[in-house]
Amino acid sequence: MKKAFPVLGVLTAILLGYALYQALVVAPTEKTMGDVQRIFYYHVPSAWTAFILFFINFGASVVYLIKRNPAADIVALVCAEVGVVFCTVVLVTGPIWARPVWGIWWTWDMRLTSTLVLWLIYVSYLFLRRFSSGGQTPTLAAALAVLGALCVPFVYFSIWFFRTQHPQPVMGGGGSIDPRMLHALLINWLAFSCFAFLVCWSRYRLEKLQREVDQAHAMQSLLDPTGSVR
Amino acid sequence: MNGNPYLVAAYAVTWIIHIAYLATIVRRYARLKREIEELKR
Repeated sequence: MKKAFPVLGVLTAILLGYALYQALVVAPTEKTMGDVQRIFYYHVPSAWTAFILFFINFGASVVYLIKRNPAADIVALVCAEVGVVFCTVVLVTGPIWARPVWGIWWTWDMRLTSTLVLWLIYVSYLFLRRFSSGGQTPTLAAALAVLGALCVPFVYFSIWFFRTQHPQPVMGGGGSIDPRMLHALLINWLAFSCFAFLVCWSRYRLEKLQREVDQAHAMQSLLDPTGSVR
Repeated sequence: MNGNPYLVAAYAVTWIIHIAYLATIVRRYARLKREIEELKR
């Protein structure tokens, strides 16, 4: 498995380069928005990737609540952390696109506001994991993750249920898209999904190792009553 | 495609965010490696 990581890393880097080429060169320029529309090839795949990671976090949290499996707890933590990174990208690239197209950086529209709330929920999840030291922390975090996951479909469907300034969905929204644009979008999604998978894998290994080291420290403290070991 | 500043900013910021996060992972790995070395001693 360790040998597969660098190989997958190189393949993902090539895929990300190809996806960038598709987004900037191959995909046609949109008539009304111009080149600024190309932000969509990073914004939308980042949002989809974040949603998938939050759903995996939800599944792993449920597994943890039922089975108390530490591996599920690590998966939940890792997916929340990487999901927050992708959600941050969404919240930053969205206003950069909105400024030239809408004339404003931000509006308290349902899609934008619910995405910000979703981000805040998962940031609070990470704060809980980081700063709470009690034995119940993983259980409390898992319960928060279950509630946070309920927000994901709300964010996704908010543009159907509410009058919003946000563009309608690319797929299932009744509109049409140039096949080259769709290809660029899907390639970018695939590339960012592979990238997210590798980051999660790396972060999982780190977290597992960290817990082993923490256990070793605890054991060493027990075996050294003088307290000379930190 | 021309160099629209908003487009350049969005793509640059995306990679700055990802690279910054990757840097935190690398830093945590380095710290953990030091801790493991200390434990071995």
